[in-house]
Amino acid sequence: MTSPGHPLEPGSRLTRVGMRIALVALVALAAIYYFAIWRTPTEASQGFAQKIFYLHVPAAWNALLVFSVVGIVSALYLWLKDARLDHFAAAAAEVGVVFSAVMLTTGPLWGKPVWGAWWQWDARLTLTLFLFFLYVGYLSLRSALHDPAERARFSAVVAILGLVLVPFVHLSVYLFRTIHPLPVVLKPSAPSLPGSMLEVLLFSLAVHTLLALGFIIARYGLLRTEAARIGERNG
Amino acid sequence: MRPSEGPLLVAAGLSRSFGPLQALRGVDLSLAEGETLVVYGPNGAGKSTLLRLLAGIMRPTAGEIRVGGRLVRPGDPASRRGIGLVSHHSFLYDDLSLLDNLLFAARLYGVRDAASVASRALEEAGLGARVHESPRSLSRGLQQRVSIARALLHDPLLLLLDEPFTGLDGASAGRLRASLARRAGEGRAAVLVTHQLAEAWELATRVAVLSAGRWVLEEPRAGAYAAFAARAEALLHA
Amino acid sequence: MRDAIVAAFAIAGKDLRAELRSRTALVSALVFAALILVVFSFSRDPARLAPADLAPSALWITFAFAAMTALNRAFSVEREHAALDALLLAPIPRESIYLGKLLGNLAFVFAIEAVTLPLFAVFFNARIGASLGGLALTSVLATTGFVAVGTVFSAMTVRTRFAELMLPVLLLPFMIPPLIGAVQVTVRLFADRPLSEVVGWLRLLAVYDVVFVTLSLVVFPSVVDE
Repeated sequence: MTSPGHPLEPGSRLTRVGMRIALVALVALAAIYYFAIWRTPTEASQGFAQKIFYLHVPAAWNALLVFSVVGIVSALYLWLKDARLDHFAAAAAEVGVVFSAVMLTTGPLWGKPVWGAWWQWDARLTLTLFLFFLYVGYLSLRSALHDPAERARFSAVVAILGLVLVPFVHLSVYLFRTIHPLPVVLKPSAPSLPGSMLEVLLFSLAVHTLLALGFIIARYGLLRTEAARIGERNG
Repeated sequence: MRPSEGPLLVAAGLSRSFGPLQALRGVDLSLAEGETLVVYGPNGAGKSTLLRLLAGIMRPTAGEIRVGGRLVRPGDPASRRGIGLVSHHSFLYDDLSLLDNLLFAARLYGVRDAASVASRALEEAGLGARVHESPRSLSRGLQQRVSIARALLHDPLLLLLDEPFTGLDGASAGRLRASLARRAGEGRAAVLVTHQLAEAWELATRVAVLSAGRWVLEEPRAGAYAAFAARAEALLHA
Repeated sequence: MRDAIVAAFAIAGKDLRAELRSRTALVSALVFAALILVVFSFSRDPARLAPADLAPSALWITFAFAAMTALNRAFSVEREHAALDALLLAPIPRESIYLGKLLGNLAFVFAIEAVTLPLFAVFFNARIGASLGGLALTSVLATTGFVAVGTVFSAMTVRTRFAELMLPVLLLPFMIPPLIGAVQVTVRLFADRPLSEVVGWLRLLAVYDVVFVTLSLVVFPSVVDE
């Protein structure tokens, strides 16, 4: 525990706040599993495997959202050169890697019974795969650099270029081939998902976003504490 | 070339930190035409950082530098035109001949008649017969001579030197001193950083001692070397 | 503006001159490219897969890896005796340094591609004569895109340990759109399809080049300015 006004205080307070948000989200997640498994109808053609999509879609959505945030925050870093932006980008990148890993593992679990194959080079799965690789590269670059300012500049450059890369990968993979179920959720006229399925999915989206937020804040707090500790040691 | 009268080099409140590490903490200096500042300091005092800032290679965390009245910044290439640097790295490409190395440098500075300027510079450095060799085949001292010749190609208003006597034999060191004295006579300024003050003492019009990123002292050169050296050591270990 | 371009050409010229003087990098990159082609020729079931079926991908993977060898050393020569500091000290914009290194890298990679192509035609029994113009255009468009990004990354990875590993890890995702496009165009060129069929892909490659060369020019100063 650190006392108020201590340089380590802001970081550790953020970490506590983040952990609390994540805890709330995890409890809500348990509720989602309950609803998804016992309270939604089983989809006719895909069967029980369809249930994974309450996890898969929110993970995909969050991975994309979080990586976009990393790109934007990184651009702000190059402009303002505020170390906090760099810490935030790093925290978000780690969380994005976790969510894209969830998306990439749940996809094949669904694909095996429905597509008949673990992996298909479908546009959205492939895009997430490349984002995953890109940000694993981003994180390894960070760990290979020791000067904090240099690490911040270099990783910001990778994130900005990565943000711009997304539409190109998406377009070229899409043109290459796509067999993903087309968007069926938010057609303004009549949602083609039964009401209870849609409700659970939207609830799950919100909960996963909250979870991502909690993780990012907690991780950001830890990075701030770490930086403050190094600063203290060097006077 | 000079838009304003007044000091040739002015640095105010120069600070630089590397993450949490403060290498330079508020250094001021001012040099008029023809002046040479010799900076003495122990390892890690911030001498090399000071030179990199003055050269415009690195951005100060705080403070500013003006050469000939013009603010030196990375985004303003012309502000670096009047600056030359002899670093402890040679800046030479091993896969280019000595002549091509100097030609390339001359082109970067837009030196008129680059070819003859480059070969004359090598001639004066005593390497006229080896212009087509690679820097790889040269001893440390000879490389240092080429590196000095490279820095002087565009006749900079301000010359920055980082331990320039390292590796030079007695004759070459004498030649460098003579060349610096001649440049001072022509109104050029220089900042020379060293941890062997004796070698540069006679060249200095001002002397400074840097420790932990701050001036311990910065004053016109006066009196005998031995007295100054004793005082500097006393201040450094105080 | 004119001075900035002149400086960029001076830097590219310096790189080419150094390359021609030592020749080791160019020769080893060529041998490397030839070896990849050979490996590809043998990594198939000869009874079931004709060399021609493998040709477009073999060609582009060879080009991609050859480019990687060029990019890996692009900034290591600038680091050797801190020559990059001398470039930063010179009265030239940071953008000229990027542009010069990009032009030098492109010249190096184009040279490798030009020499590898006939070798490829022989090994894979590909009729490149009729589609030579289209192939050249595709090579220029696709190569420029990933070399543009690779030039920025190589300035960063040279500051890390294991730079030779870090560069491919960062760069390969950026090679995907150009490679997909280039292979798709090459497949159709070899099948004697009309050019109108590949215009869409070529346009995508061109947009990629414009976007990433511009963006690289914008971010490069942040890489070298400490």
